[in-house]
Amino acid sequence: MYRTYRDLPPVQVTTGTTEGMPTGTWRTFRPVISAERCTRCYTCWKFCPDLSIIVRQEGDYPSVDLFHCKGCGICANECRRNAIVMEREPL
Amino acid sequence: MIDALTANQAAALAAKLARIEVAAVYPITPQTTISEKLADMVASGGMDARFMLMESEHSAMSALIGASYVGARTFTATSSHGLALMHEVLMWASGVRRPIVMPVAARTIGGPWNIWGEHMDVITERDVGWMQFYCENNQEVLDTILMAYRVAEDPSVMLPAMVVVDGFILTHTVDAVDVPEQGLVDDYLPPFRPDPVLNLDDPRRFGLVMPDWWTEFRYRIATDMEGAKERIREADREFGRIFGRRYGGLVEHYRTEDADAVLVVAGSAAGTAKEVADRLRDEGLMVGVARLRVFRPFPSEEIAELSSKRVVGVFDRSYTFGDGGAMYNEVRSALHGSDNIVKNYVGGLGGRDVTAAHMEWVFRNMLDIADKGLDRRVEWVGLRDGSGRW
Amino acid sequence: MDERTPRFTIPHEELMYPGHSACPGCGEPIAMRFLLKALGPRTVMNVPAGCCAVIPGVWPRFSLKVPLIDHAFECTGATSSGIRAALDVKGMDDVTVVGWAGDGGTVDIGLQSLSGAVDRGTDFLYVMYDNEAYMNTGSQCSGSTPCGAWTTTTPGGKAIARRTGKKRILEMLVENGIVYGATVNIAFPEDLIERVRTARSIRGPKFLHVFSPCPSGWRMDPSKTIEVASLATRTGMFPLYEYRDGQYRFTKEIKNRKPVEEYLRLQGRFRHLSPEQIAEVQELIDQGLEDLRARVEAGRK
Repeated sequence: MYRTYRDLPPVQVTTGTTEGMPTGTWRTFRPVISAERCTRCYTCWKFCPDLSIIVRQEGDYPSVDLFHCKGCGICANECRRNAIVMEREPL
Repeated sequence: MIDALTANQAAALAAKLARIEVAAVYPITPQTTISEKLADMVASGGMDARFMLMESEHSAMSALIGASYVGARTFTATSSHGLALMHEVLMWASGVRRPIVMPVAARTIGGPWNIWGEHMDVITERDVGWMQFYCENNQEVLDTILMAYRVAEDPSVMLPAMVVVDGFILTHTVDAVDVPEQGLVDDYLPPFRPDPVLNLDDPRRFGLVMPDWWTEFRYRIATDMEGAKERIREADREFGRIFGRRYGGLVEHYRTEDADAVLVVAGSAAGTAKEVADRLRDEGLMVGVARLRVFRPFPSEEIAELSSKRVVGVFDRSYTFGDGGAMYNEVRSALHGSDNIVKNYVGGLGGRDVTAAHMEWVFRNMLDIADKGLDRRVEWVGLRDGSGRW
Repeated sequence: MDERTPRFTIPHEELMYPGHSACPGCGEPIAMRFLLKALGPRTVMNVPAGCCAVIPGVWPRFSLKVPLIDHAFECTGATSSGIRAALDVKGMDDVTVVGWAGDGGTVDIGLQSLSGAVDRGTDFLYVMYDNEAYMNTGSQCSGSTPCGAWTTTTPGGKAIARRTGKKRILEMLVENGIVYGATVNIAFPEDLIERVRTARSIRGPKFLHVFSPCPSGWRMDPSKTIEVASLATRTGMFPLYEYRDGQYRFTKEIKNRKPVEEYLRLQGRFRHLSPEQIAEVQELIDQGLEDLRARVEAGRK
């Protein structure tokens, strides 16, 4: 990281990614996926705005990246099998 | 090769000699013939550049900012309302450090309509982070565009530059211009190789900063603009070495050494001032001219050298309504602490000629107040005030 | 369905990082994600003011895996032209230039610049993500706000009588000279990706109109983004169609079109509408679809 103005690049060019941003702290509700109900249709993965439904390869069950998931609930709303429920985060 | 060229033709030739890669143009009087000449040179095969017809000056500047990020040397030209329309993206260009070079055919801004020359348009853009070069003649226009690229693209500068060309007086007047050989220009001006540059293999974002680092990025622009002064002096020296012509860096001192009264003036009116100064010298009057070649960065050191002069006059071809001309106020500020008299002369507005008679009156008035003291801070020259002076 | 082998119906590779700054449930990153999946890494983005300037992260962090150039509000078209020209100079003519702007930045303040880029024949893809108002400044009415919608600058239902409804931007650009145009919806990703790929395969100025709900501005629950987006198309509020080779074509035929009320009632921005006003909106939609059908039919001849 930069310490003083002298270290700055001449142009405001980015040097890192947003991956380290803990957007999961925004969350009020967390998605909980039931493997029993899940049919691996990957609808939740497809529509997640925060790339927080993780499916490494075809055939895998989806899991949730809670470091980034903002808890919007799109996954739960779109799941045709009601395999995802939104549970309130403890205070 | 000596050719008979208008300043606009010279400006277009300079763009070709600089091997610009992307040009974006939009017509406006009195700049239009630069764009037309470029179009001709691209169409007839003599010039290898992408030539884009834009639908506004705002878009022309925006396109160049995009092109510059990819690493292209870019060029456009504008004037007056076009420059004003660009205002927003002028700040963008300097803020994101794009070394775009742009001749500006200096002209009034309406309303009411007036297409003729003055410096109001460029003075209005004093604070946008662009370097400002003012030219006295057509040769200087060509030469300064080459110099401007060299300074702007210097890794320690990376700021855009406008080259001010007095509307009609220079843009549409033919003069002898020594067009340098391409090989010499290539020696003087290396290819544009910015770092960082847009790179598909190393994808990054250019252009959003929050309060935590904004001040530091602004400070870098401030210090790099200050540092540009030395780069400009170097570029002028190196230009002299290669092409045999020099312009004095940021300020051209003309017979100022032993002068009692020195007139600070920018642009084509300096030619008239020098001519008149010569005549008055023949009469034994100790007058001289300090021609302001560069207004941004402001040459405060060079101006401070005038602190020993009894009178320093500043000729502004514009007026900041509320308090004198911008050049006057800045010169006065650079002379702060010295006990000389500083007076503002405003004239040459809206296409009105700055005549030898005007300049003679200015010099005589300066010598007059040297004895009697300052009569008034700001004098409008050539004003129909019923005094019978003009 | 249970017996089917699980398959990805859209490309698996992500050209985006999580941790971006979009509000929960925002449609914009969903649209961006699909777009980049379709285009791949040989892409350069440029974005004006708007949510799209905030979402990709704050310097020195960045959420996309393709380069992005920021610029002023009204110059997406012009900046795209400049980037294209320079890429061509540098021999990178395989790279897709994408101008990505919101609806206000497109149909209002950016219209001139976009029109100029189309007129110049710039080889680029302009994507308008349409959240139907100036959302980054907090929901002010734009030229793409639908008739009857509440915004902070159309606080009352009277606006329904005052405005003509959404500017028909795609049709304007067709008359302007685009070589390809399509409406797409984040609720239909496979279709969206197919349209992007089609656009990428054609040289010249292309335009995509992406329907992208804004939960905070539309006064709805963030979980409803896809549901509402889907209803927009299934009620005929946002029909999916494309323009190519002088012809309009529906890309999604809607059988058993739902009444628009189903779409409206999920959103707080339409809560104030009276049954008469809802009927008026329904009428506008029916008329719009009829006009579109006529354009489609005219092309078939």
